[in-house]
Order: sequence, then structure tokens, then C-alpha cells
Amino acid sequence: MSEQAVVSLRNVTKSFGAGGVTALQSIDLDVRPGEFVSLIGPSGCGKSTLLRVVGDLVEPSSGEVIVNGKSARQARRDRDYGIVFQDAVLYDWRTVEKNIALPLELLGWDKGRQTERVRELLELVELQGFGSHRPWQLSGGMQQRVSIARALSFAPALLLMDEPFGALDEMTRERLNSELLRIWQASGSTVIFVTHSISEAVFLSTRTVVMSRRPGRIAAIVDVDLAQPRNADTREEPRFFELVTEVRDRLREGGLDEESTAPGEGELVVSEETP
Amino acid sequence: MAYAASATARPPLLDRERTRNAAASVGLFLAVLIALWALWEGFKAFGESTGLRLGQFEANDRTMPHIHDIVSTLFEPSRRNGPLLIDVLWDAALFTAKEAAVGFTLGALIGFVLGALLAHFVLLQRGFLPYIVASQTIPILAVAPMVVVWVNPRLPPGLKDWGAVAVISAYLTFFPVAINTLRGLTSVDPRALELMRSYAAGSWKVLWKLRVPAALPFIFAALKIAAPASVVGAIIGELPASIQNGLGGAILNFNQYYVTAPTRLWATNLIAALLGISFFLVVLLAERLAVRRAPEHVA
Repeated sequence: MSEQAVVSLRNVTKSFGAGGVTALQSIDLDVRPGEFVSLIGPSGCGKSTLLRVVGDLVEPSSGEVIVNGKSARQARRDRDYGIVFQDAVLYDWRTVEKNIALPLELLGWDKGRQTERVRELLELVELQGFGSHRPWQLSGGMQQRVSIARALSFAPALLLMDEPFGALDEMTRERLNSELLRIWQASGSTVIFVTHSISEAVFLSTRTVVMSRRPGRIAAIVDVDLAQPRNADTREEPRFFELVTEVRDRLREGGLDEESTAPGEGELVVSEETP
Repeated sequence: MAYAASATARPPLLDRERTRNAAASVGLFLAVLIALWALWEGFKAFGESTGLRLGQFEANDRTMPHIHDIVSTLFEPSRRNGPLLIDVLWDAALFTAKEAAVGFTLGALIGFVLGALLAHFVLLQRGFLPYIVASQTIPILAVAPMVVVWVNPRLPPGLKDWGAVAVISAYLTFFPVAINTLRGLTSVDPRALELMRSYAAGSWKVLWKLRVPAALPFIFAALKIAAPASVVGAIIGELPASIQNGLGGAILNFNQYYVTAPTRLWATNLIAALLGISFFLVVLLAERLAVRRAPEHVA
């Protein structure tokens, strides 16, 4: 499997500082082309760090990270992935169009091609007519769609998403979840998606990676065998509830380990919304 | 699916609202002007009628001329059979404006480049910042004569004298610009930098596409301080340079005749203030055109 994997992690460990808070410990993971993999775990379990290791924004202390068959650094230099953060991180002084075109500018695309591509993307994220708006004139959900369009602008094979809908209200989040699935299927890219919402992880992914509390380890991997394409009805299916329960149980096991060794360190901070 | 569109996009200000806002600003400006005038004249009248003395200070026509006398002096001859005072001061203001504009531009450029270098090279920042700060603790009155002595002999004939004054003006301008450029370039949102890193953007691209646009509100805040300061620098610089054609020369000249004609010095100060204000307004206008940020980011 590993030679055709988009992302391949081998025994990846990351500790911060000289004292060595271990954020990630012995992570092994393969992500296959076209997969939608969610990373879920309590706050501070290192799931965001893991995403940044894949994107070469954080260097692992040891282990091997292969992205698209090359080192993570080379993959970043080749612009092999697009990234979406929890906040949209749009540049205030640029219009929506110019924000989406930012990576294209850096890649040196000519103006005509940029305009054409931006038009396609505005259509994809359903923001036609907002191209000349300023970011601060848009709602949080719309800003995040701009940020997704920017990440997809140069059609990267891999999309890294760090709790992209974490700051949005439940209604907007569910709507954007459905939109993201549509975009994922239209673009055919591979997605790694960090979240702390169980129902979001189950609804979106083909596989959910459950991480344990510090030091971050992979506690379990849950295959999500819900049929595609998924829609609002998917959330009502018995199988959906079963999978949510399974992920929650795996999370509890991961979390309780730590609580028994370090009592009073705080409770599990996973959002426990009931679907 | 334009569901979020109508509900959340902030509507642009209506033209009518904009007109009303502008009218309110003008009204407020006039109200404050009248209040200041009333305060001046009121204090003067109170002082004169009660014979109030504050230490050596006594309110009379010499220490506090009437505002209308100050304004009307502008339209009287500056000396017997000479041109009107306003014409003399207008020429002087233009002369000083040239020095200050060149000084401001020079200082702003030096300040920006210095700030950018300090932001990029941390070692440079640790080594040089204390000296840059120290440069501003020396009074401009002490620096100005030295600049004239050093710079003037090296200037080509076209720049003689007033070029040295421009350098003095630049000396007052560069500092706030350098400090705020440094601050603005280094206080960029770390996630915005991470985004640039994910695109493998080089530091030159990061500078022009992210750091400089993000720093513009800081830089303009400094330029707004530096613009009137550059006028002050030019006026003060004219004194050791023995320049007669500028506002500094006019202030020196009318100061000698203060006892007999106090309104002329006051009128000169008024013109100097107006010159400083117009420099400020030019920067304000440039800021409006250049800074496209969320309203809360614009100082």
C-alpha cells in the first residue's frame, strides 16, 4: 500500500522544547489517494501538530514523512497541498477574488488564467457575485468558503484542513460539511481533516483516526462505511449512530488512560453533541 | 444558494449617510473653532478687566492680541510701502514647504528601509536600535548647526542651504517611521505567515505580499506624526542655516519687532500651523487611498 499512498507516516514523533513535552509519539499512518481521513481527539492531543508535520510547517523530532512519494519539505516546495485553518486567514487588504488568486500569483500564472480559475472557484464554493467584496464584509461561513477556494485554486492533490468549521455555528457547520463533501467528490483530491466533533468526523470521512491524550498516539482507526454520496439523511441512519458511538467509545478509552495516571488534569474536552 | 448573502454582507454606506457624516464633521470643526476663539477673547477680556496677573503674565494687546487683529494684519503691508504680509508669508511658507517635503520624503524612505532591515536582521536590531533611539534624545537645536556645517559644503549650488535644512527635517521624520515599520513588519499574524510558508513563498514575496500591506496602518500612523514634525524640523533648521526666505526666517525677524507689532509674529505662527496641518492632511488622504483594511484596523 505504502508506495501508492499520498501520505505515509512512519514512526513519527514530535517533542517540543528542551524539556520535551511529547506531542506525538510513534505515529504510523498511510493515507490512500482519494481518501477523506479525519483526525479526532481531545484538545492538546497533537492532531493539529500532526497535520502541520504533513505540511512541513512543523518538523518532526524523528520518523519519516512521505508526501506524494517525496519528502514533506519537497512536497511543500512543489506546492503539493492546499491548507485551510480554523480561521479563514484572509488578507484584509485584498478582495475575495485577489485572496483566492494569491497562490496563483505566487505560482506566476498569467492574469487571464487567474481570472478564469477564480471564476470557476467562486462558482464551486457558491460565492458568485462576491468576488469584489472585502473579506470583512462576509460572514464567518462565507469567509471559510473563500479560504477553501484559495486552498483548491491550484488543484493540489492533497487538502489539509485544521478544524475549518470549528468556529462556526452548528447550522452553518452542517451545511458546509455537505458542501465540502460535494467539493471533495468533484475535485477528487485527498483530504486530511482535523476536528474535535465526533459527528462531523463520522459524516465526512472514509476513515476516522482516533487519537489519545498527550502524548498523542493513534488509539484506533474506525472505517466509516456509510454509503456515498452522503446527505442530510445520512445523519438519521442507524449505522451513523453506531459509528458515532464507536468513535466516542474509542475516544473515552484514549482519554481515560491519561486521567487515571494524572487525576485532576481536566476532563475530556471533546464536544459531545448528540446527533 | 446565496443564503448568507443578503443577511450578512455589510451594506455600503448610503450617499445620504455619507453627506450627513461630512456635514457633521464640518459643523463640529466650526463649533470647536468658535469655542477656541471665545476662550481666547474671553480670557483676554477677563484678564484686562480684573487686572489678573499670573506670575509675569498679564493679559493685554501685546501678550494676547485680538484674533481679528491677527487675521487683519495678514492683509496689511509687512513694512512701509512693502508687499502685504500674507504675500510675504505665502512665499515663505512655500519655501519652507519645499524643504519640509523633501525632508519628509527622504526621512520616510530612510525610515522605511531602516525599519525593514531591522525587521529582517534581528542581530542588526539588537546592535543598532539603541543608537537610533539615542539619535532622537539629542535636541534638534544641537544637531541642526552640525548638519549645516557638515552637509552644506558638500551640496551642489542648486541645493545649497535649503538642502541642509531638508536633511534636518528628515532627521525628525525618519525615527517614527523606522520604529513603526519595524513594529508593523514584525507583528504579522503568525497564521498568515504559515499560509505563505505552505506556498513555499520566498522572503521577498512574503515582504511585499504580506508584511508590507499588513504594516501599512502602522506606517501611516508614523507618517501622520512625521508630517507636521518635518515642518517643525524645517523651520528650526532654517535658523542655524541663516535662511531668510522661509518661515523660520520670518519668525526670527518678526520676533525682533514683537514689542511694537506682536500680531505679525502671531500671524506667522498661524501660517506655520496651517502648513503643518496641510502636510498632515496630505498623509491622511494618501492613507485613505492606500489602506484597504477592515475599519477597525485603520487608525
